[in-house]
Amino acid sequence: MMSKDFFLKRYWKMLTTPAGKISMGVILAFGFVAGIIFWGGFNTGMEKTNTEEFCISCHEMEDNVFEEYKATIHYNNRSGVRAVCSDCHVPKEWTPKLVRKIQASKELWGKMTGKIDTHEKFVAHRREMAEREWARMKANDSQECRNCHNFDYMDFSEQSARAMESHTKAFLGTDKMLPTGETCIDCHKGIAHELPNMHGIEGW
Amino acid sequence: MTDQEGGDTAMSQPMTTTTRMKSILKSGHLRALKTLGKGLMACFFSITISTVAMAETGGIDSLRTIDLSTEAPAEAMKKVLESDTTFHRDFIEQPPLIPHDIRGYTVNKDVNTCLQCHSWKNASKWGATRISVTHFYDRDGKQRADVAPNRYFCLQCHVPQADTAPLQKNNFEPVDSLK
Repeated sequence: MMSKDFFLKRYWKMLTTPAGKISMGVILAFGFVAGIIFWGGFNTGMEKTNTEEFCISCHEMEDNVFEEYKATIHYNNRSGVRAVCSDCHVPKEWTPKLVRKIQASKELWGKMTGKIDTHEKFVAHRREMAEREWARMKANDSQECRNCHNFDYMDFSEQSARAMESHTKAFLGTDKMLPTGETCIDCHKGIAHELPNMHGIEGW
Repeated sequence: MTDQEGGDTAMSQPMTTTTRMKSILKSGHLRALKTLGKGLMACFFSITISTVAMAETGGIDSLRTIDLSTEAPAEAMKKVLESDTTFHRDFIEQPPLIPHDIRGYTVNKDVNTCLQCHSWKNASKWGATRISVTHFYDRDGKQRADVAPNRYFCLQCHVPQADTAPLQKNNFEPVDSLK
């Protein structure tokens, strides 16, 4: 009788009818274990794509941005604390992270079509790529900077007079003015990579 | 100007030597002079040979204190001097010194990190020293709309300072007006 049905219909029936012989406990236990495996596996996989090894497994990243970054303070400094690619380029919170990962999957297409597969091509596209990243950081109030450089614990008195003044104006405001609402990336551009042609960029 | 001065000194040197030679020859000390010459030559060659053989500095006062064929131990890195004010200038046309660290600064065809603060547009915002008007004149003395290409590479003239003892004693004195 069952063999008469189309196989998809057969499976659909199996999935929609209550289990006859397996106990509720078994189903729950199985679901619980499977949930851990799938959910954990998914997050582990996503974390895997957050590692530096993963990022520089493409030569586009290793030969250009990674080389530039190696000379900067976020790679090499007196205390040995580092910020890897994902610390700055991928949000820490789960949902924004997932959104960013989906957006980044577009890079696979770029990889396949070889959009930036030589240094010359990379440099030619640097401005548009940089602008995209500046816009992203501006939109989320430089959240990735603030994950480490927490403004609440920033001692302005330890900073140079000029830095203190800028940070006060931008974040705290003064007696005469409200904070300007500028965010880290408005001033701190090109701190970990080379800058593109900055002609026409505000502040340059 | 300098070429002329150099030429003058070069000219005056052989003149005096010749005059001296003539006076020696006149006084009949030719034989003694020849002997002295031979002796000097011998000395010179022996010194040269020994210098080559031992690879020493040959009595020349050199900043290098260690044998050429061995690698000198690296000096400790020096701290860059930082100051909120400008450094003192020792001569009239001395390019102002950079009173801060410039790690990670970029000056290339696309971007000039120095000008982010020192350009005319941005200097007042950051309270930085504005580049002088001379930077807008090219090598033909023609005024340009922006920094002239031959004045664009800041570090050709302007350098940061480190807190180190000078390698060689220097007797330079600034003119009275700069003291």
